[in-house]
Amino acid sequence: MAEPKQITLTIEGRQATVPEGTSMLEAAKTVGVLIPHYCYHPGLPVAGVCRMCLVEVEKAPKLAPACATAVAEGQVVHVHSEKAREARKGVLEFLLINHPLDCPICDQAGECELQDYTYQEGRNASRLRDAKRFNPVEDFGGDVVYVPNRCILCTRCVRFMDDVAHEPALNVSERGDRALVGKFEGKDLTHPWAGNVVELCPVGALLSKDHLNKARAWELDRAASICPNCTQGCNTIIETRDNVVVRMRPRANPDVNEYFMCDYGRLNYRWLNGPSRLDVPMIAGGGALVEAEWEPALRLAADTIRGRRIVALVSPSLSNEELFLLRRLIDRAGGTGVFRVRTGPEAPLDGVPDLALRADRAANVVGAELLGFSRSERPLDGLSSADVLLVADAAVGEEDAAAIDRVGAIVVLATTLSPALGRATVALPIANVAEAEGTFTNVRGRVQRFLQAKAAPGAARPGYFVISDLLDAIGGGGGFHLPAAVFDSLAAEHAEYRGLSYAALGLRGAMVTGAGQLAGGAEHRR
Amino acid sequence: MGGLHAESHAPPGSAAHGHGEPYQPVFVGERRAQLEEVFGRYPTKMAALLPALWMVQDAHGWVSEAAMAEVSDVLDLTPAYVKGVVTFYTMYHQHPVGRHFIQVCTTSPCNVCGAEDVVKAFLKQTGCGELGVTSKDGRFTVIEVECLGACGFATPVMINDEFLESVTPDKVPQILAERR
Amino acid sequence: MGYPHKLHARETPILSKHFGDSEARSVAGWRQRGGYRALEQALSMPREEIVDLIKESGLRGRGGAGFPTGVKWSFMKPGDGKPHYLICNADESEPGTFKDREIMRWTPHAVVEGCAIASYAIGAETCYIYIRGEFTEPLRIMGDAVREAYGEGILGRNAMGSGLRIDMHIHKGAGAYICGEETAMMNSLEGRRGNPRIKPPFPAVAGVFGQPTTINNVETLAVVPLILTNGAEWYKGMSLSNPRSTGTKLFSVCGNIARPGNYEVVMGFPFREFLYDLCGGPPPGRKFKAIIPGGASVPIQTVDEAEGTLMDYEGFIAGGTMLGSGGVIVIDDAQSMVKQIARLTRFFAHESCAQCTQCREGTAWVTRILERMLAGGGTFEDLDTLLDVSENMTGKTICVLSDSCATPVVSGIRKFRHEFETLITGRRSSTVATAGV
Repeated sequence: MAEPKQITLTIEGRQATVPEGTSMLEAAKTVGVLIPHYCYHPGLPVAGVCRMCLVEVEKAPKLAPACATAVAEGQVVHVHSEKAREARKGVLEFLLINHPLDCPICDQAGECELQDYTYQEGRNASRLRDAKRFNPVEDFGGDVVYVPNRCILCTRCVRFMDDVAHEPALNVSERGDRALVGKFEGKDLTHPWAGNVVELCPVGALLSKDHLNKARAWELDRAASICPNCTQGCNTIIETRDNVVVRMRPRANPDVNEYFMCDYGRLNYRWLNGPSRLDVPMIAGGGALVEAEWEPALRLAADTIRGRRIVALVSPSLSNEELFLLRRLIDRAGGTGVFRVRTGPEAPLDGVPDLALRADRAANVVGAELLGFSRSERPLDGLSSADVLLVADAAVGEEDAAAIDRVGAIVVLATTLSPALGRATVALPIANVAEAEGTFTNVRGRVQRFLQAKAAPGAARPGYFVISDLLDAIGGGGGFHLPAAVFDSLAAEHAEYRGLSYAALGLRGAMVTGAGQLAGGAEHRR
Repeated sequence: MGGLHAESHAPPGSAAHGHGEPYQPVFVGERRAQLEEVFGRYPTKMAALLPALWMVQDAHGWVSEAAMAEVSDVLDLTPAYVKGVVTFYTMYHQHPVGRHFIQVCTTSPCNVCGAEDVVKAFLKQTGCGELGVTSKDGRFTVIEVECLGACGFATPVMINDEFLESVTPDKVPQILAERR
Repeated sequence: MGYPHKLHARETPILSKHFGDSEARSVAGWRQRGGYRALEQALSMPREEIVDLIKESGLRGRGGAGFPTGVKWSFMKPGDGKPHYLICNADESEPGTFKDREIMRWTPHAVVEGCAIASYAIGAETCYIYIRGEFTEPLRIMGDAVREAYGEGILGRNAMGSGLRIDMHIHKGAGAYICGEETAMMNSLEGRRGNPRIKPPFPAVAGVFGQPTTINNVETLAVVPLILTNGAEWYKGMSLSNPRSTGTKLFSVCGNIARPGNYEVVMGFPFREFLYDLCGGPPPGRKFKAIIPGGASVPIQTVDEAEGTLMDYEGFIAGGTMLGSGGVIVIDDAQSMVKQIARLTRFFAHESCAQCTQCREGTAWVTRILERMLAGGGTFEDLDTLLDVSENMTGKTICVLSDSCATPVVSGIRKFRHEFETLITGRRSSTVATAGV
């Protein structure tokens, strides 16, 4: 394909060179100029209706909507000229005349673009002397509630449902200042990706019922993460307040999830705050598990493992770092690593290629497979009484009871201790995905980092740290204190990861070698 | 919000309609054939939406939620989409209206010629009393309408599909008498 | 002619010649009056020759914008392998305008013939005639005419034996002023809300159904056969003022005037004589106060301004307003300008499609202010607010509905400020309730 022609123009005195066809708004971003806007969103078709992004273009008779105007060679664009600022001030005034100004009770306050731009350049007093329009709050179904009085009719939500979800469940109803976003009675917003409309709404008009009145935006701490709920690996932001996860939101990554995440993933975060956490090492004593210090617990675990064949039943949501060190442990002692994946119906987002809630409801299935763990519906069938069963945060249930009874010894690394593992010799508490950092490898072979969002409870430690200590306790190979060091060792030892480094992964990730050959197959964009 | 009727949206044919009667689907038999003919005029099915809604209104006198559901079904659209379109155009009735639907133009050219008095005369003599309210006997609904495009014949009045020109308050009794 | 009045000697009835003559409505009647010869002639000409002829005639769009019709047609590239469309804009909704209605009622075949010629010239096989839903009679008459034209082989897969396909369909609107805007009309035709589209792309590149499209007004298309028959020179010759405004124009006259109706005069006709001689001046005992000469969207003129104006594109601009659609709204001294301006903004507020912020909110806001003023609650501050808000509504939106709403406010306050002030000072001294922050 021919290289697109490059266009050079001046925006706010800075020279930008961008491919032909780029909008002024996107061109401005490349030189660090944010042109205020509401209806424009890079993940949606251009609407050009809020008129907030009007800019002054030298020699043009009228202000131009930067979102809908392609750059032209030699153009000189002013974003903060008197004329452009006056126009935006006008738009802000219009948007506010019927707005209830109820920021103190609005969930969006603190992360509201209407608030931000009004503060930045709006009028400081209203000239409205008449009654405001009023419409009642409406439950849109799913996780979404609509507050029409705050709506600025940017139509991002409508366009998302039309052009990205391909299920036009929302509309603009009526016209003039009576217009509002509507749905059809009896047809709720139940599309598995519908929750994105909350995220897309630049104001407090579409709110998450799950998050309603739970927290103020400025009270939250945020960390970049990866959704642990399926193999897609949507990039997320985990938001916590007082060490409790209160919200999970999509984080843009054009190579994985663009700007979106599914409702299943978005709302499936409460377990990260699970109340029944294993938060102290436990060892067998007097027919029950009793609390212990880390040192004796680790020693007991090492003694239990030593000399036995290991059958490691691992969670496919463990990080690559944890799995890599477990692999070392298994290889050292001899044995095998297996995992089981919980599955559910797949739910694609039609408008984005290769983006779906995947059937495998775990984050690191591909990572586990690349590290030699094998997937099985009945992973414990080969377990013999001479083996040691190492359960690494994997779910065990009724169906595993017979095998568990049969095995000689059980060592557990876990976030929560299953009652089925009451016979364990030792149980070591580890951090969950929100409490440690590491990497996952997604369904298409993209290795992505997640950061720590909150502190682990009690005495729990990151899994890689615990396994590293275990390795040392049975004779070396550990000594890791940082996930970066673990990953870099992994990259050195496993061909698929060769050339990758933890630091270079950044927040957008990188592909493993031979990603095209992964199960799932052929040529995929991601 | 939306229509005045909180009815269910079961598939056409089974939904409750209007005042408790079962919904009668519009696009069956001859009307279905008519619609097929309409499809032939446009390269997309969606383009038949306005004509289809007109057919619904001709058949039922208004466009109910159940009708929107039927139309969305026939045109491969979603009911929410259809409703967005219906609410854009003022001529589709979103609730039942009187047997004689009276629209009086009151935009400026007619306004300066006394259109407001024509409206008053209709409201009083139909017994409607208020704009948009159907008279108790179900015969009349009176609304003000924006420019009917017959400004030289102030005041134009539309009664259903009939277009009356140069209506003055003194002609109102005769007009109503002819429409029992 | 000044239908429903008899022809005035100073009119030049080209389009309106057969108004009131119901026999002109049938194909046979139309043929007797010279109809369909132009189409026959056109189908034997190369397309470019027709486009050039129309260019040469100086014909400009009669819907409001006044864009040269031949130039518009020349943007279409027949033979580019895409389906082309012609849309005849018969959504006549500009307050004060009712000329297309009469053209369709009396000479439907002039429209059909003009559409067929234009379709051929731009390489369109399909023409849609978009008629506003309220025009029940024109809808019926046009429908009959199209059916008749198909029956006569004038339209269809072998139009007039030319071997060319020309299909024509009537599309009924459903109550939305904004659908008269060409891109809104395309959306409406596609079965969408009648929201104007951002340009570019322009209709000639990607119009209705994403294909090259030309949209022309009824009056523009109806005169095309006459230009073909009589030549560009004949049409160009009809101008009393300047070569940029040629031919005749149908003016719809309404409001407070002795003989409202449609009058056809040559471009450049003196407005004073038009108002007093042709239309009979103000009603008995009254005086003209204000004139809105081109439909509700153009600036209001005072009588003095109007009386010195020549009736063509440039003349009305010189008179501080625009020719627009040619809908002349006359307001006499018995009317309140504030009330009429409020009535106009209410119209635009009702018709705003709701896309652009300034229009959706501004049209309703200025209406609320004006209506409060009328109710006695106005302040001098409101006048400043009205002017400033109007400025914020002008030149900033996808289409010009917002500008159209601001226009009567700005020109009204500028030219009739005393009426606003009288209303404000006349109110009982009471504090105005303040809502919101």
